[in-house]
Amino acid sequence: MTTALAIDRLRVTFDDFTALKDVSLAVESGESYGLVGESGSGKSTLLRAVAGLAPVSGGTINVNGKRLGRHRDKAFYREVQMVFQDPYGSLHPRQTVDRLLLEPLAIHGFDNSERRIMRALDEVGLGSGFRFRYSHQLSGGQRQRVAIARALILEPSILLLDEPTSALDASVQAEVLNLLEQVRADRKLTFVMVSHDLAVIAHMCDRLMVMQNGEEVEQLTAAELTARRVERDYTRNLLVASEGFRSGA
Amino acid sequence: MSQATMTRREWLLTDRPQSRLQARLGRAYVTWRRFTANWLAVVGMLIIMGLILIALFAPLLAPYSPYIGDLAGKRLLPPGAGHWLGTDDQGRDILSRLIYGSRLTLQVVVLVAVIAAPIGLLVGTVAGYAGGWLDAVLMRITDIFLAFPKLVLALAFVAALGPGIGNAIIAIAITSWPPYARIARAETLTVRNSDYISAVRLMGASPWRIVLRHIMPLCISSLIVRVTLDMAGIILTAAGLGFLGLGAQPPLPEWGAMIASGRRFILDQWWVAAMPGFAILIVSLGFNLLGDGLRDALDPRGSSQ
Repeated sequence: MTTALAIDRLRVTFDDFTALKDVSLAVESGESYGLVGESGSGKSTLLRAVAGLAPVSGGTINVNGKRLGRHRDKAFYREVQMVFQDPYGSLHPRQTVDRLLLEPLAIHGFDNSERRIMRALDEVGLGSGFRFRYSHQLSGGQRQRVAIARALILEPSILLLDEPTSALDASVQAEVLNLLEQVRADRKLTFVMVSHDLAVIAHMCDRLMVMQNGEEVEQLTAAELTARRVERDYTRNLLVASEGFRSGA
Repeated sequence: MSQATMTRREWLLTDRPQSRLQARLGRAYVTWRRFTANWLAVVGMLIIMGLILIALFAPLLAPYSPYIGDLAGKRLLPPGAGHWLGTDDQGRDILSRLIYGSRLTLQVVVLVAVIAAPIGLLVGTVAGYAGGWLDAVLMRITDIFLAFPKLVLALAFVAALGPGIGNAIIAIAITSWPPYARIARAETLTVRNSDYISAVRLMGASPWRIVLRHIMPLCISSLIVRVTLDMAGIILTAAGLGFLGLGAQPPLPEWGAMIASGRRFILDQWWVAAMPGFAILIVSLGFNLLGDGLRDALDPRGSSQ
């Protein structure tokens, strides 16, 4: 196994606010890694920093053994793609599905785009009937499938998932999670997944990191999480909170 | 349902378009239906279409020459059977001059829009997307242009370039782009940090590609609305320059210049100045109604998104 993503003492600062304080982690290739924490814990910022969307002020990020500089090149975007949290905000309101999927192919100069678009839509369970729809003609789940298709069409090896199901209702959540499992198995992808839902993380991920206030609380395996073998009180509280909600409801 | 049994309406409004063309036409049709639901907007559109047709077929429609009058017997005739809108001080038929003048009006409006709107769009989107010092420089230049009253600045440009309809168009275009830049920048700022623009960045798109292909299409509808609403102002500025003798030069039948020459007889022969005034009024009104209608039809917040 090789390391797909290695982050060393990563620091992200917005003006005076430090959103991420010297966080380090390593994700093996083919592994699914989870980031858990409450709102504002810095988990999404970590993903955005890897993607080049957040200002990195210290530390290093290595992708497949290559150190990333300040400027990401095209080759990077063929390795790493991201699925955003809000399917209503992540699709351009004036573009058809066809146009959305064509754009990455055009940017990277891929050939037979016609076939690739059809295959990408099939892969995420949307037929060709959806190809020329605008995003407002799609449901939330369908939009998220389109967003996944768009991320996969460049054939990346690492997929960053920023709460990919939290904006969807429960039944659709399960469908989208199954779809993600499926593509990961088919393409041997590395996942880095952010969620505040411990059940989703325990189901999807091999290992995870609990975060609070932009810092690491602890790193666990999914087995340790389900067996409640946690070291820190904060994690225990998270577990209790998620259980309390379930039994109380 | 097979293709043959679908009506044209169903084909346009389907949820499952089969081709790029069908998707685009369907979207255009929905916009068109929203537009035509507003009858005032349709009146505005008809006025503008009328103006275009009159300009196109001016030689066929005009009963007399716009330039050659009958100085001996037809000076300053009131509106009547021979000359529906009367004649001016050189014995020229006012109706014919108005009909030919529509060409100048249309030329001014179209050229100003074609020059000013893209400049404003480009400056605004680039400033909004780039941010930082580029934004500051571009917006301060915009502020400088905005600080002058439009007509005064246009006057200065025409004075520098020399009078004439071509220079008037350039002067008006130079003075009318800053509001468009402001609008385009404001629209850009609202979308530049959205997830769908981040997604395009994550595909490795260059900043130019993002601005030109993903941000500009979002700004265009509010810009079209604003340009249409400004058309009336552009006509009035052109007429104002013509009135001051810095726009179209005699004997060109430019409406503003016609009002200027009718000013001398305004108490006794009111029609010489009033008729071109009415023409300006009607066309300005037409553009305003059209702009209002377009705002309702193109505003994405009003649609089902």
